[in-house]
Amino acid sequence: MDRLHVGTRKGLFQFQRGKSGWAQSGPPAFLAEPVTALLEDPRDGTLYVALQHGHFGCKMHRSSDGGASWEEIPTPTYPVSDAPDAPALEMIWSLAPGGKDQPGKIWCGTIPGGLFVSHDRGSSWEINRPLWDQPSRPNWFGGGYDHAGIHSIIVDPRDPDHILIGVSCAGCWVTGDGGKSWEIVGRGMHGDYLPPDKAFDPVGQDPHLIAATASQPDRVWCQHHCGIYVSSDFGGTFTEITDVAPSNFGFAVIAHPSRPDTAWFAPAIRDAFRVPVDGRFVVTRTDDGGKSFRQQSRGLPEGLSYDLVYRHGLVCDDTGERLAMGSTTGNLWVSENGGDDWQLLSSFLPPIAQVAFA
Amino acid sequence: MATIRFTPNLAKHRETPTIVTPGTTVREAVDGGLAQDPLLKSYVLDEQGRLRKHVNIFVDGTMVSDRSALSDPVAPGSEIYIMQALSGG
Repeated sequence: MDRLHVGTRKGLFQFQRGKSGWAQSGPPAFLAEPVTALLEDPRDGTLYVALQHGHFGCKMHRSSDGGASWEEIPTPTYPVSDAPDAPALEMIWSLAPGGKDQPGKIWCGTIPGGLFVSHDRGSSWEINRPLWDQPSRPNWFGGGYDHAGIHSIIVDPRDPDHILIGVSCAGCWVTGDGGKSWEIVGRGMHGDYLPPDKAFDPVGQDPHLIAATASQPDRVWCQHHCGIYVSSDFGGTFTEITDVAPSNFGFAVIAHPSRPDTAWFAPAIRDAFRVPVDGRFVVTRTDDGGKSFRQQSRGLPEGLSYDLVYRHGLVCDDTGERLAMGSTTGNLWVSENGGDDWQLLSSFLPPIAQVAFA
Repeated sequence: MATIRFTPNLAKHRETPTIVTPGTTVREAVDGGLAQDPLLKSYVLDEQGRLRKHVNIFVDGTMVSDRSALSDPVAPGSEIYIMQALSGG
């Protein structure tokens, strides 16, 4: 995984690791356009990018040659309705490949709260009605946006019909039949922004991001709006991890691909202060299932900094040794040793929404 | 027949040929004129057929008033101009 895609507020950038290290590779694609999601499908190499034009709506493009050329494809669309407030696509927030034996199948999470599937590499999309028609839907609400959004889609590598999704704000949902039916899960999480008697309502939760250990996907880590959680049953129940220094607030989380007790987070002070604690930007890592954390900062800014890492701005490769991180300040780092040392690749990028190795 | 022209800013995303189309309302003209390129239509209207919030349509120099049903009348020879509203970022 020597390539790194970087989706930013003003285009899609690519970095490549060569003999002399990491360097930007080629001109950015979609220059000046906001990138909200991207995926390089590991099954066939197709690269998908979702844009959010300020004037002209959300768009999707795909590339079959690593980004050398692009083809515009349709976006998911909401069911047509005569209602004056009929929903329309506001943002494409997450893209995930289906199972290894489901070529061309792509899942897509959107605002307002839609889950869509394509069976033909994005040439057409259909909304998942069983989730869209959930009776609790009127209680879903936006977290940072006007409406709820699906930002996490975890397809169980053992069974591609077993899927866990994370919604801000509607908690975690699981299907065991490929989306024909859904169950609210995520018991144990609590939101201190909710009325006290509703604080543990699973549908009211704001899991900023959820991530599963690829080799043991029952282990799921969650960076919640109100703390850090871990699950050992594919998101059915979560246990809160407390006493995390310097903070348990943030957006991003990585689950190590093969060590279920290892995870990384990118903390900020708290929801009303979305900047590093004391201006000192660090990554936190646990290797013991959350009993303890260490702060990783070598190579990160030594002086005061105000970087914030969004949900999809912190990732690792298949080994868990190589990490990438991009901030809303437009800083981009890579680590080759699990976060112990970071190398700054650029400090002049637009605000970064997503990084992805390929 | 009415003529549809596009803001040059849309041309960086999609081919925007000048389109000559029949229609007695903006809805009929836009639906008919853009039928050949549904992706281009998606830059102008959302999936509910409403004019996108930051897109405007002028008919013979007058901004349309019905942004949902697009019922503003179009006359033979009308000039329909699809433009973007101004916004920063």
